[in-house]
Amino acid sequence: MAIDTMRPCGDYRTSYRADQTIFDTRLTFAFIVGGIILLALAPLVLSNYYLSLMIQIGYLGIAALGLNILVGFSGQISIGHAVFFGFGGFASAFLAEHGVPVPIAIVLAGLWTTAVGLLFGLPATRVKGLYLAIATLAAQFILQDFFVRAAWFTGGSSGAVAAPFTILGFDMSGDTRYFYVVLVFVVVMYLFAANLMRTRDGRALIAVRDHYLSAEMMGVNLAKYRTMAFGISSFYAGIGGALYAHYIGYMSVEGLDILFSIQFLAMIIIGGLGSIMGSLLGTIFMVLLPELTGALAGILQGSAIDRALHLKDGITYMREMLIGATIILFLIFEPDGLAHRWKQIKAYWKLYPFSY
Amino acid sequence: MSTGKRPGASIADSSLLNVDGISLRFGGLKALSNVGFSVRSGELFSVIGPNGAGKTSLLNCISGRYSPQEGRIAFDGQDITRLKPNKRAAAGIGRTFQNLALFHHMSVLDNIMVGRHHLLKNNLFTGAIYWIGGAQKEELEHRKAVEDVIDFLEIQHVRKATAGTLSYGLRKRVELARAVALQPKLILLDEPMAGMNLEEKEDMARYIVDLNEEWGMTIIMIEHDMGVVMDISHRVMVLDFGRKIAEGLPAEVLANPNVRKAYLGEEDLVVEDGPVLQAVSA
Repeated sequence: MAIDTMRPCGDYRTSYRADQTIFDTRLTFAFIVGGIILLALAPLVLSNYYLSLMIQIGYLGIAALGLNILVGFSGQISIGHAVFFGFGGFASAFLAEHGVPVPIAIVLAGLWTTAVGLLFGLPATRVKGLYLAIATLAAQFILQDFFVRAAWFTGGSSGAVAAPFTILGFDMSGDTRYFYVVLVFVVVMYLFAANLMRTRDGRALIAVRDHYLSAEMMGVNLAKYRTMAFGISSFYAGIGGALYAHYIGYMSVEGLDILFSIQFLAMIIIGGLGSIMGSLLGTIFMVLLPELTGALAGILQGSAIDRALHLKDGITYMREMLIGATIILFLIFEPDGLAHRWKQIKAYWKLYPFSY
Repeated sequence: MSTGKRPGASIADSSLLNVDGISLRFGGLKALSNVGFSVRSGELFSVIGPNGAGKTSLLNCISGRYSPQEGRIAFDGQDITRLKPNKRAAAGIGRTFQNLALFHHMSVLDNIMVGRHHLLKNNLFTGAIYWIGGAQKEELEHRKAVEDVIDFLEIQHVRKATAGTLSYGLRKRVELARAVALQPKLILLDEPMAGMNLEEKEDMARYIVDLNEEWGMTIIMIEHDMGVVMDISHRVMVLDFGRKIAEGLPAEVLANPNVRKAYLGEEDLVVEDGPVLQAVSA
C-alpha cells in the first residue's frame, strides 16, 4: 500500500509524540532552523532593497496564511481580505496614536480586526459558495467606504500616521531592524497555524471543508467553526496589516481595493490551497513577480517587442495581466499549487533513481 | 438459523432509544408515517426494507439530520427530538453513512481523531501554543485511544494515508473507526456492507458483533444482506413505504407474510423458509 509519507525508509517512530511532529524528519527540522538562522543573518549581507522585499513577503505572507486558513483549510471564500489587512493597519496606527506601545498595538489591532471579521463572517453560518463570496464582497466595499468616511479612525482620505516600532525604548524602524520584527512575527504566526492544524479545532475546520454533514454528525458545530475561520483569517490579516502600517509609517485607504483582495487569493492559489508553507511560497511568488517583469522589461528594452507593446509605459498593466494569466495557468496545470510541486520534487529525489 | 440470542451480548431491560410515533414528510411525500420502536441497551437492532422504504430517513431522524414533523425521540432518558446533530454526537450517538462521507483530504488518523472532537478539550488558543498548556498531552492521550480503534479494525497499515486514496472496503472500515472513536452508546450503521465482497462482509460482520459484545455498544443497522442481518441481529424491524410492517426476532420476521409480500410482491406465496431467504438475499 502506497502511503504518502516522505519519511526515509527504516525511520520508525517509537512514540506518538515523535509521530505528531510538524517537521517529519530531523533533516527538515534542521533545514527550517538553519533557514531561520540564515534569514537572521541576511541583514548583514543583503542590501536594503532586498530586505524590503523580504519584509514585504513577511507581512503579506502572514495575511495570506490567514486567507488560506479561511479558503484552503475551512473551504469558504472571501474576496474582501484586503480590507481586513487595511483595518489592522488603521487600528494599530490608531492605537499607537492613543499611547499604546506599538508591539502591543499590533496584537490588539489583530484582535480588533478579529472582532470585525467575526461580524462580517456571520453570513457564513447561513450561506456558502457564491452567495458567501458576494457577502464578503459587501464587506470589501462597506469597509473601504468606512475607511474614507471615518476620519477619526483613519484620517480620512489623507491617511493616518503610524508610529515607528519601538520596543523598550529601542527603535526598530528601518529595513535592517524591522526585518527582525517581521521575521519573529512570521515564525510565531506560522507555528501557531501549524499547531492549530494538528489539534482539535484545526481538524474540525478541515472536516467542515471536506464533508460538513458528517462533520456535524461527529459533533462539530458548523456555525461556530465557519465563523471562527473568519475570525482567525481576520486576525492574521490584521497582524499583517499592522506590520505593514508601522513599516511604511503611514496607512492610507489607497490600494486596499478589490484588486489587492484578488492578489491575496492569487497568492494562496499559486502557493497551494490548504498548505501552510504554500501560503508563504505563493507570497514569495507574487512579490517577486513584478521584480521579474521589471527585469524582463529591462532586458527587452529597445527590442521589437518593447517598441510594439510600449513596455515602459504599460508595465503596471502588463503586471496585472500577468497575475491573471498566472492564476489561470496554475488552476489548469497545478491546482494544488507550488506546495504540491515541491512535494513532488521531494518524492522524486527520495525515490531517485528507482521511481516505481 | 439464529434465534436472536447470541452468547456474549448483554442486553439490559431498559431501553436506550425510544422512537415514539414519528412521521416525516418532504412536501407531499411521506417518508415515514407513525414509526415507533425502542432499542434496549446492548442490543443489535436491524432495520430492513425495500429501497425507498424510509430506512435512511429514519436514521437521519435519530442522528438529527432530519427533524420529524410528528412524534418524539428519546435517547438515554433525554428528549432529543429537537436537539442539534452535533449535540447528539456528544450525547452518545455515532453513525456511518450509506454513501461514504469521509474527510477525503485528511489522513485516516485525522479522520478518526475528528471522532474524538467532543471528547477533546483543547481549543484554538491552547492548540496554537501546542507545547504549553496541555494540548500536546491531551492529543497524545487521545491518539492512544484512536490507536486502539485502529488496531481493532485492522487499519494500521493505512493510518497515514489520505482517506480519499483508499479502496472502498477500507474506507468503509475507516468510517466505522471514526464512529467508534466517538465512544458512542448507540451507533447507527447505514448499510455497512453495501458493495463488499464476501470476505469483506464477513470481516465487517465480525467487527459489528465485536463492537456489540466486547465494546458494549448498542447498534442499529440498516443492511440489505439478509444472511448477515438474520445471523447477527437480536431483533429486526421491517419498513415498507414509510410504515413499520413487522418487528421481532429474526425468525419471526422472516415468517411474517407481510414481509414476504413487501419483498416479493406476491400474495399467496407458499414456500418453505429456506428458498425465500435465498431469494431475498440474492
